[in-house]
Amino acid sequence: MILVVDLCYRDGSLSRAEFVGPVERFLRGAGAEPVVRHYTAVSAPDIEGADGAVLCGTALKDTGFAEHPGRFRWLPAFERPVLGISSGMLALAAAFGGGTVPCCEIGMTDVRVTAPDPLFAGMTGFPAYELHERAVETPRGFIPLAVSDRCVQAIRHRSLPLYGLLFHPEVRNEWVIERFLQQVENTQ
Amino acid sequence: MRLGVLFSGGKDSLFACWKAMQQEEVTCLITVVSQNPESYMFHTPNIHLAGLQAVAAGLPLVEVETAGEQEAELLDLARALLLARERFGIEGVVTGAILSIYQAARIQRICRELDLWCFNPLWHTDQEAYMEELIGAGFRVIIAGIFSCPFDASWLGREIDRRTLDDLRKAARKYRITLTGEGGEFETFVIDAPFFSRRIAIEEASAVCRNYNGVLRIERAGLVEK
Repeated sequence: MILVVDLCYRDGSLSRAEFVGPVERFLRGAGAEPVVRHYTAVSAPDIEGADGAVLCGTALKDTGFAEHPGRFRWLPAFERPVLGISSGMLALAAAFGGGTVPCCEIGMTDVRVTAPDPLFAGMTGFPAYELHERAVETPRGFIPLAVSDRCVQAIRHRSLPLYGLLFHPEVRNEWVIERFLQQVENTQ
Repeated sequence: MRLGVLFSGGKDSLFACWKAMQQEEVTCLITVVSQNPESYMFHTPNIHLAGLQAVAAGLPLVEVETAGEQEAELLDLARALLLARERFGIEGVVTGAILSIYQAARIQRICRELDLWCFNPLWHTDQEAYMEELIGAGFRVIIAGIFSCPFDASWLGREIDRRTLDDLRKAARKYRITLTGEGGEFETFVIDAPFFSRRIAIEEASAVCRNYNGVLRIERAGLVEK
């Protein structure tokens, strides 16, 4: 089971179809079993039963999740694969003490791969869809994997399969989610 | 949250409106009327009936004209959103964007400049499930413009019911086009929606069509009881 965490402003919000729906559908189509939980409603059994977790993005003005760091305290102890997308990357980084800096990108941006990793193997760069106001400062224990002209686009924990992506892979880069699922399978 | 819906008269914007009504408060419809038939953002053949659809929906309409030149029309969109905020206190905007990054990114940027929320409830939706839900929910939609093969004059004015949807599926498979017309293959006009108090009756329409390219221009229409 893949735990899909909805970071939007309210459980069952108008943003859910936009930021959670496409990820959930892709996972199901790829044969994974996604279970969606709002970030305020993730339970201990949800965490225990998950083979991996995906933290979804939010609308540009939707930053409420960042005011509830306690809701993401389970992440450092989770130890199974995590994919944080856009706002989900910010939440993942924050759970490891990483801060944020202003960096607004909207629309397609060129992403360059800067460090070897199975997630981007064979790729030197690709265009990606962006929708964010801020970027992360790479937290201690993480390494940057890819950048745009403006900011860090992907990070990974040094020893755990924890990934943060600033771009939205569910738009035109589903292959990244597919490779993430491969890692989930490999770690089981 | 008080929201304005970017409204073209077609199925996507009205379906997005319906989704928004289930979660938030829709206070107005917003239309940008383009004088340029080549407009990337706003062109649609029966935009002159937006007012009638707004009456059917019981929602006020904010209407702004644009000459429809590529980037200048975005200033007109910003003007429309400001007007909607001034008159109806909108805090956010809803669009019917499905796949177009061109449109979605531009609207996101304008919303950011104006400090408005932006919602795209159909973004990267499952097109099959969407078309089924559209019909099942009671939307009545006709094909009002055709812009690619295999859509000939016989498609103009056709209601998208289950039979038409079957034909669209076949066309989508064979010609590698989108089921929803998102790639601009066809355009639609909504004559009834679950939240319309009355439906639209087309009294007079003329079809102009050549080489898989045509529009159904609705000359006269009125509202009738459902």
